[in-house]
Amino acid sequence: MENVNSNTNMEEWFDAKLQKNEMIEPKDWMPENYRKHLIRQISQHAHSEIIGMLPEGNWITRAPSLRAKIVLMAKVQDEGGHGLYLYTAAETLGSSRDELLDALHTGKAKYSSIFNYPTLTWADIGAVGWLVDGAAIMNQVMLQRTSYGPYARAMVRICKEESFHQRQGYESMCHLAFGTTEQKQMAQDALNRWWWPTLMMFGPTDDKSPNTANAIKWKIKRESNDQLRQRFINQTIPQVEYLGLTVPDPDLKWNEEKKGYDFGSPNWDEFMSVIAGNGPCNRERLKARVDAHKNGEWVRAAAKAHADKTKEMEFAA
Amino acid sequence: MSDSQGPIWEVFIQKKPGQPFVHCGSLHAFDKEMALQNARDLYTRRGEGTALWVVPSSAIVSSSPEDLGPFFEPANDKVYRHPTFYQIPEGVKHI
Ligand SMILES: [Fe+2]
Ligand SMILES: [Fe+2]
Repeated sequence: MENVNSNTNMEEWFDAKLQKNEMIEPKDWMPENYRKHLIRQISQHAHSEIIGMLPEGNWITRAPSLRAKIVLMAKVQDEGGHGLYLYTAAETLGSSRDELLDALHTGKAKYSSIFNYPTLTWADIGAVGWLVDGAAIMNQVMLQRTSYGPYARAMVRICKEESFHQRQGYESMCHLAFGTTEQKQMAQDALNRWWWPTLMMFGPTDDKSPNTANAIKWKIKRESNDQLRQRFINQTIPQVEYLGLTVPDPDLKWNEEKKGYDFGSPNWDEFMSVIAGNGPCNRERLKARVDAHKNGEWVRAAAKAHADKTKEMEFAA
Repeated sequence: MSDSQGPIWEVFIQKKPGQPFVHCGSLHAFDKEMALQNARDLYTRRGEGTALWVVPSSAIVSSSPEDLGPFFEPANDKVYRHPTFYQIPEGVKHI
């Protein structure tokens, strides 16, 4: 397209489109950095869905009832689907599925640091659905209005499916919190361990978030990390109170003036160290993913051989 | 683009019998049978549709955004293609 229009013209066209809140579609001209930012963000999001299947998959065989088991299986299957919607959205930007997977398997690409924490008890499965999916929903609801069409459409579909994830998690927490003393203790322990990592899911504070400015300028994100984190806390604390549990934050306090909670600072050193690959489960997660990919090799080869053969037969007929 | 996951297919869902097929997303599959099964598993886990189409992505021809203006221009000045262009005397009904 460069031969017809200069890049500056195209950039003006692109900015005007964003200004009018029109969506950018795969074949539209876009600045190279916008494309790169999106490939990074969408693929990271896809990887998070896929890796996110692991901590929950860990409890499928040990679910305490048949009902709990089918619910968990349905949820984990949804997460796999979310990963696939997102990979195809990233592929519309010119990246191949092989490249995206390779980046994950070689550790070049990141995924949400939350999935590097272990699910130690059954209560963790409730806490993950309630808190982790809850935090993800907060972010994904915003992304339904992101400026890149295929990403926004994937988000609409994902958000529809997510609400069951959070509700089944909270229901499970209710069973425990209103159960025996031991069960309540289990629920409290899970909340204690998942609370801070969940708050970190929104990313660093705004003054320390290198990608936020561009993401807001390009309308990829419509709200900042801090705004989303604050809204999540405001929404979640009443749910904690209903359960009769407490969050592990001595600084948490209602602030009448801002009509929201004041809260303490997550341990950002821990956040950085988990991102750098040193969380409790980083190696285990990556190994499980790489093994799954390797073990699927023969299935892909067989499917391809079958497809080639049927095509040959079709031509021969 | 074909890679180790097979070529890309576009998926269209018909929500209810009689309604148009609407694009809902894409997927990878090695052949049409697998594409249809994957489409079912990926896009209709909650009864989103009663019929599916899968089409190899490479078979789709699309207009390009840069000729959005000129390509659709012939339709823009033909107001007489719309019913509101015509005046019907008052009192005449059912038209
Ligand atoms: Fe998800
Ligand atoms: Fe989810």
